[in-house]
Amino acid sequence: MALLELLGMGQKGWGAYLLLATVTTLAVTATALAIGAVLGTAIAAAKLSHSRSLRFVGHVYTTVFRGVPELLIIYLIYFGGSSGITAIGQWLGYDGFLGLPSFAAGALAVGIISGAYQAEVFRGAYHAIPRGEIEAALAIGMNRGLRFRRIIMPQVLRFAIPGLGNVWQLSLKDSALVSVTGLVELMRASQIASGSTRQYFLFYIVGGALYLVLTSLSDRVFNGAERRANRSMSGATIGRA
Amino acid sequence: MDFAFLSSTMVTLIKAVPTTLILFSLSILSGALLALVITAMRVSGNWFLTGFAKAYIFVFRGSPLLIQMFLVFYGLGQFGVIRYSFLWPFLREPMVCAVLSLALCTAGYSAEIFRGGIRAVSTKEIEAARSVGMSGFLLVRRIIAPIAFRHALPAYSTEIVLMMKSTALASLVTVWEVTGVAQRLISQTYRTMEVFLCAALIYLVLNFIILQAMSLLEYSLSRHRRPYAAPLRA
Repeated sequence: MALLELLGMGQKGWGAYLLLATVTTLAVTATALAIGAVLGTAIAAAKLSHSRSLRFVGHVYTTVFRGVPELLIIYLIYFGGSSGITAIGQWLGYDGFLGLPSFAAGALAVGIISGAYQAEVFRGAYHAIPRGEIEAALAIGMNRGLRFRRIIMPQVLRFAIPGLGNVWQLSLKDSALVSVTGLVELMRASQIASGSTRQYFLFYIVGGALYLVLTSLSDRVFNGAERRANRSMSGATIGRA
Repeated sequence: MDFAFLSSTMVTLIKAVPTTLILFSLSILSGALLALVITAMRVSGNWFLTGFAKAYIFVFRGSPLLIQMFLVFYGLGQFGVIRYSFLWPFLREPMVCAVLSLALCTAGYSAEIFRGGIRAVSTKEIEAARSVGMSGFLLVRRIIAPIAFRHALPAYSTEIVLMMKSTALASLVTVWEVTGVAQRLISQTYRTMEVFLCAALIYLVLNFIILQAMSLLEYSLSRHRRPYAAPLRA
């Protein structure tokens, strides 16, 4: 009974606190996915471009951000960003420490990592477009922008959905590491709740269960999106219909 | 650029590399063994074992490693049963907790990868083996396991790189591996960027070595798929 009270919504309960933190986790992950989409598109474009130096930049980006521990990247962005902002503050005449807000630092760090994975997803999706379709678009005289808007982008998005689902799951789990910056998302909230009640096992199990709810719900959302995006295609032509 | 500071930082961090490698190799080894058990359960056909394996994979792949690690490190000690058992001298050690949670987690991911490898074994090859009278363990050892391993290798090397990155989390349960030592250095010197960049470089090099080793392994296991060298003409 006492355990139920701890998890409830009442005065002694941590239920509302944990649910609010779950929303924060979702917000961090969604922001990170959006940042990663922008970065990922740019990096994928760089990797697919004809310029050798752009391809090299893209290659270095994906290698570095997929090869260095997520925790280190979060530390680097959080502390590095903060010292950068402090330097700017000093230049503007404010002396004292200026911290990067932990939400912004966390979302940016997870977004940069997710950008490296998304770049690979977009690149794969671009290669999945049959060459003939692009040749056909060229043949009827579509220019570059039109070709991108009408032929490439819609199909890249469709082919990318399963991969984006995986990246979302990855970012959702990476967002737990943002807890080291002090942002009260689900991981940090479970830490605080378990520390102040001394019920470590209970709160980490509950926190883990909430993560499981998030991952399985988002799995459904992405499966639904994939079905919807492929609704006009016959099952046989698409990867895993 | 303060090269004296950078090189002394690098030396200190490199001294912590053995700890990272111990964490990494112990958790990969025990995780792979556990993954084999889970995979065997998953493909066993018995509803109870299959259900257990599915639940295991769902739980360990669906939640962040950090929360699993904290559950092992902080959660287990809460129970008297464990605290007063013969296991406690081991479970008290941060290193053991870190290896345990890393191994449990990678077992979930690896089991799915191994299952994918098994599914890629063509039924014709299994039928052929059965037709010459192989069954049971002999069939697994001679036909299924080698082919499945080869198919699983690319995905498994990605998982191994992910594990190398995950060992950084052990610093949060007070294991002094590369990231942990980097943090200690920062609290002594307040030079965040330099120290973390050195640590990042170490991980990049380690992952590069792992990827090279894995692609060498892949290459040596696919000898039969390579085109023959042009035969010499007398």
